[in-house]
Amino acid sequence: MLKIENLHARVEGKEILKGLSLTVNAGEVHAIMGPNGAGKSTLGNVLSGREGYEVTAGTVTYNGIDLLALEPEARAAAGVFLAFQYPVEIPGVNNTYFLRAALNAQRKRRGEKELDSMQFLKLVREKLKVMQISDELLHRAVNEGFSGGEKKRNEIFQMAVLEPQLAILDETDSGLDIDALKQVAQGVNTLRSPDRAFLMITHYQRLLDYVVPDFVHVLAGGRIVESGDKSLALKLEQHGYAGIGESRPAGAVA
Amino acid sequence: MNQPASLPLAESLLAAPLPAGGPAWLDAARREHRAAFAAGGLPDTRIEAWKYTALRGLAQRRFADGDAAAAARGVDVAAFALPGVEGPRLVFVNGVFRADLSALEALPAGVSLQPLSQALRGDAEPLRFALSRPALVGHGREAGDAFAQINAARAADGVVLRVAAHAKSIAPVRLVFVGAAADAELAWHARNVIELGEGAELDLVEQHVSLGEQAQLATLVSDIELGDHARLRHVVVQDAAAGANLIRRSGLRLHARAQATLHVLELGGALVRHDLRAELVGDGAQFHTRGVFMPHGRQHIDTQLAIRHQALDTTSSSHWRGVAGDRARGVFRGAIVVAPGADGSDANLSNKNLLLSPAAEIDTKPELEIYADEVKAAHGATVGQLDERSLFYLRSRGIPLGEARALLTAAFCRAMLDDLPNAVLREHLSGLLIAQLPA
Repeated sequence: MLKIENLHARVEGKEILKGLSLTVNAGEVHAIMGPNGAGKSTLGNVLSGREGYEVTAGTVTYNGIDLLALEPEARAAAGVFLAFQYPVEIPGVNNTYFLRAALNAQRKRRGEKELDSMQFLKLVREKLKVMQISDELLHRAVNEGFSGGEKKRNEIFQMAVLEPQLAILDETDSGLDIDALKQVAQGVNTLRSPDRAFLMITHYQRLLDYVVPDFVHVLAGGRIVESGDKSLALKLEQHGYAGIGESRPAGAVA
Repeated sequence: MNQPASLPLAESLLAAPLPAGGPAWLDAARREHRAAFAAGGLPDTRIEAWKYTALRGLAQRRFADGDAAAAARGVDVAAFALPGVEGPRLVFVNGVFRADLSALEALPAGVSLQPLSQALRGDAEPLRFALSRPALVGHGREAGDAFAQINAARAADGVVLRVAAHAKSIAPVRLVFVGAAADAELAWHARNVIELGEGAELDLVEQHVSLGEQAQLATLVSDIELGDHARLRHVVVQDAAAGANLIRRSGLRLHARAQATLHVLELGGALVRHDLRAELVGDGAQFHTRGVFMPHGRQHIDTQLAIRHQALDTTSSSHWRGVAGDRARGVFRGAIVVAPGADGSDANLSNKNLLLSPAAEIDTKPELEIYADEVKAAHGATVGQLDERSLFYLRSRGIPLGEARALLTAAFCRAMLDDLPNAVLREHLSGLLIAQLPA
């Protein structure tokens, strides 16, 4: 589904990704772990098409197409979803309205029929129930005045409604207490399916207690320096990032 | 320094005979105001209040005086339909009262509403004080009052609305000003006198619309006086066509503990100027405004807000947002004065603006002068573009760039309507804002 080869990317003139390669197949859950400054968030931002991230070398192929050539909205319609580390507050835009506009824009681009408000509401109610989220969230402006946990839950809820093929979770676990973390993890687990892949970017191992990954990769110095199964995460938890891979950048410790 | 009265616009405004046949004092006042206009001419950009609004183009045009056929012009009431607003209304076409389009039967007790033309035919004495000067508030303090002077000289119609002490208008009273295409490009004038007695309450909706794209010049002067404890909720929807040059002056005087809340939408017109002045003369008076101006194309929309706190513990809040696209220009000046003795006053002013195109321009100037003690005052103004993070967030969910921009811009403007209690009207106005945005 996703094939990243030798990806180099710069932010504000500084090279952050330095030859990252990664293959993700449908149905798989990959965890990307690494110390601060390793390039974890840069990877998520490059994949979702954020401005200011300059790809200087390498390719990203998604379902056979060149992902990097697409505008962010086209990537979304193609099934790529980024759960933001810091979801943006948008005063004055109602959450339901926003989500319907997003879903219908995606459907329109894919040549599917747009949902009318009744059909959309039905879909939203189903997803709320599955995700165990209160419908009070729907009536508020997008993320406005939401607590940290509510914002992250709203990201997962959006993911549930938009039903992406490739979901990138950028430090979705950061800043969550254990109850919120469990809720978010439960949401992710509900959405796991043979057609869907997850890329979970995280600094800590604890999310992986609740969402068990198929693969764990260590990102350091802008490259994947070690890959393994979930036991790698446990090893990191015990020993830190020191001693992982060969090209560990100076000062990178857990 | 003003531009000479020999320019075509001034000449054409001076040419026609003044309305006559009113009370002797009024005819005398008209002559006096015309003489003042002839002597002073039109304001130019050297006058601070007109710095960003050049009348050069307008000054070269001629407009015919009034519309002799106004009473017979076909006007569909659908042209000024306003969802959520049912009740008495007074409709003017090219400045002339139209009984056939108006609705005066549902007036609540204590509310008197009639056209100025009618009021002048009866006992005009109660209007003498109001009509002897060009405007209730602020007149004579600065140069550039030319349009108020010509309005005082020429306006033969308008609104006379009185709410008796402790009376309440349950349904909103609607004032509709329609500019309709005629044989020639017209100038017309309307003068409104609105008084709320002690403890009176009034919901007022003021609408400016057009039929046809023909160029016009309209001047409107409104005096609004609120007695002690009176309450006014006033919504202004200016959605005139692209040919309309609309120069308005609204002056409010608020006595003790009176409260006025205004929501102003400036959407249409070619050259639009609104001088909105309030004097808080009674202790504890409150004046709140929320406004949105959205010039696009080559429109020029200028709002000059001036508030004087003149009594103890008076409050004002002013939140205005501007969005300019294409080659349009927006101007906002918010001047607040807390006069000596107005101790304990609280004044809050903000103006945030968005530019949608590189050729658009918004000039904003908040001014604060404080001469009293224990005053709370805050003011700020910004001009910028849409937040990149918000745009990316929407796009990352699949919303195309153009739609994302429109969504954020609409939200930016709509925030000024949030506290409008009439939900149906709020939704309708919100639709007007969105319709104004580039597709």
